[in-house]
Amino acid sequence: MDRPLVVAATVCFLAAVVRTLLALRAGVFRPGRFNFLAIACGFLLQTAFLSVRGNAIGRCPITNLFEVFVFLAWSIVFIYMLIGPAYRLSLMGAFTAPLVSAIQVFALLAPVDVPHQMRARANPWLEFHASVSMIAYGAFALACVAGLMYLAQERQLKQRQLHSAFQHLPPLHDLFTAVTRLLWVGFALYTAGLISGFFTGEPLPRLKMICALAVWLFYGAILQGRHWRRLAPKRVAALCIIAFSAAVTVLWAITFVSEPHPL
Amino acid sequence: MHLFCVGISHHTADVETRERYGITRVSESLPSSLGCAESLMLNTCNRVELYGASEMPVATEEIVRVLLRPGDDDAPDAHSFYRYEADECVQHLFRVACGLDSMVLGETEILGQAKKAYEAARVNGNAGPFLHRLFQRAFRVAKQVRTRTEIQRGSVSVGSVAVDLAVRIFGDLRGRSVLLLGAGEASERTARALVSRGVADLRVSNRSPDRAEALAQLVSGRAIPFESWQEQCREVDILITSTAAEEPLLTRATLAPIISERLDRPLFIIDIAVPRDVAPEVNELDGVYLYDMDSLQDIAAQSLALRRQQIAAGEEIIAEHVADFRRWFVTDAGNAQSSRRSAHSAISDAPLPATEA
Repeated sequence: MDRPLVVAATVCFLAAVVRTLLALRAGVFRPGRFNFLAIACGFLLQTAFLSVRGNAIGRCPITNLFEVFVFLAWSIVFIYMLIGPAYRLSLMGAFTAPLVSAIQVFALLAPVDVPHQMRARANPWLEFHASVSMIAYGAFALACVAGLMYLAQERQLKQRQLHSAFQHLPPLHDLFTAVTRLLWVGFALYTAGLISGFFTGEPLPRLKMICALAVWLFYGAILQGRHWRRLAPKRVAALCIIAFSAAVTVLWAITFVSEPHPL
Repeated sequence: MHLFCVGISHHTADVETRERYGITRVSESLPSSLGCAESLMLNTCNRVELYGASEMPVATEEIVRVLLRPGDDDAPDAHSFYRYEADECVQHLFRVACGLDSMVLGETEILGQAKKAYEAARVNGNAGPFLHRLFQRAFRVAKQVRTRTEIQRGSVSVGSVAVDLAVRIFGDLRGRSVLLLGAGEASERTARALVSRGVADLRVSNRSPDRAEALAQLVSGRAIPFESWQEQCREVDILITSTAAEEPLLTRATLAPIISERLDRPLFIIDIAVPRDVAPEVNELDGVYLYDMDSLQDIAAQSLALRRQQIAAGEEIIAEHVADFRRWFVTDAGNAQSSRRSAHSAISDAPLPATEA
């Protein structure tokens, strides 16, 4: 009976979304404490769910799609809580909340919270591999959010429309710094997750390996392009959105297609 | 007790008339010389106003005479002065504190000036319980109007729009470099606005090296030979152009190779020359943000229009506070008056409350 915690967390995130929509309707879109507090409450409730569920099943709670989605949403909020205030990007919450809400609403509505049949003994390497990869996805999701914000601000500046509802977006420079750092954090975690996959002692599904490697190479290429200064910030921002969309699709596909981990 | 305000402002008189008024040092004997219990003078470049509380009405002509600068032998012109009493006086002060009566609608400098005027009156003992209450309430109203409305939204001058845009692109402007191409007055003003936000590296390039050198000295920058200004575009973050060239100096074809070498660094171009120095297609390049005089003025005009839309909301807040102040004035004023002396000395010694300082 831990699902109510996820419901309550989703209500918190939706409250932040509603607040943003009301602000947009009023033509004012500025960083606010309410969004941050609502997201922080949601984060605590998510953490409580993961803790309760983890204790109940005796392992990291990513044994079915419901848990995977909640863990992914938690990872996104976790990275936001770290990055948002640090880079004065509290406005990022207005973009993060809809994403997290959508993930959790889908997880709650879809019949995916099915206990896993194959219960093997706990495998720390496997749990490390899965959880670190999820947190990496959280960082990539936030990079995608920051990329969206960058493109919105860039468009305003190019089109000289400075009095739109998004006039309080952070400066381009700050957003691009956040994009770059989130990409590096995500890439480092994803690499750690990928490497740890070889130590799980489990057979590695070929399709999963190829997809995971493709995602790694995609993000690696973006970072290399940025490092060599071959990619303009606008293109890096756009690629972050494309890469995350592709990565989520891959995550979805491999969870469905490949044999799930007997966590 | 009569609350009143007599003043002259940019609404009622030109600068030539205004500059005749406004005594620089307000003496402690000002209230008694006017026959007032309390008085406070607000003296800014756009207005000279005297707020007072008195048992008996004080003639406007008498106040105008007192406000005349020493040494001005011409007869004072009372026709340029306005006078507000009771509720109207309260409403006027609240509007002034909120920037609703300012030349630049919604500006906040006036609030600081009103606080200084209050502080001076408090220190020299001219402000008593009535003006204390009135001004503290005015500061509160100004704060509420600022936070509850968008009266300060956007920038309303070309220089401040340029700074606002630069901040939106670069964030912190410290460490950013600016190239002034042409030594016009408008570019100098814009450069100064950027310097006020932390820009330290200013370079000036002009066809006439002497003018470049002179402007560089004025803005604490360094002169660059005109022949090398394009090379500078590889390094600088902000380019301000204001030359008298008949043809664009910077086109997409000339800038594209430079931009390809600095893909990760945006270039903000402010073209305030007429005819324009920079071809409009330059704005299509990745990482280049080009604003000409028209676009800067459009943004300033939009901001002003948005601020005007907020006047009604601000007036509503002010009306609530005026009514509230009237209630206090009617019910508590008698008590306040009786305890005036003791309160006066207490207020005079008390610092401005932290919340409203």
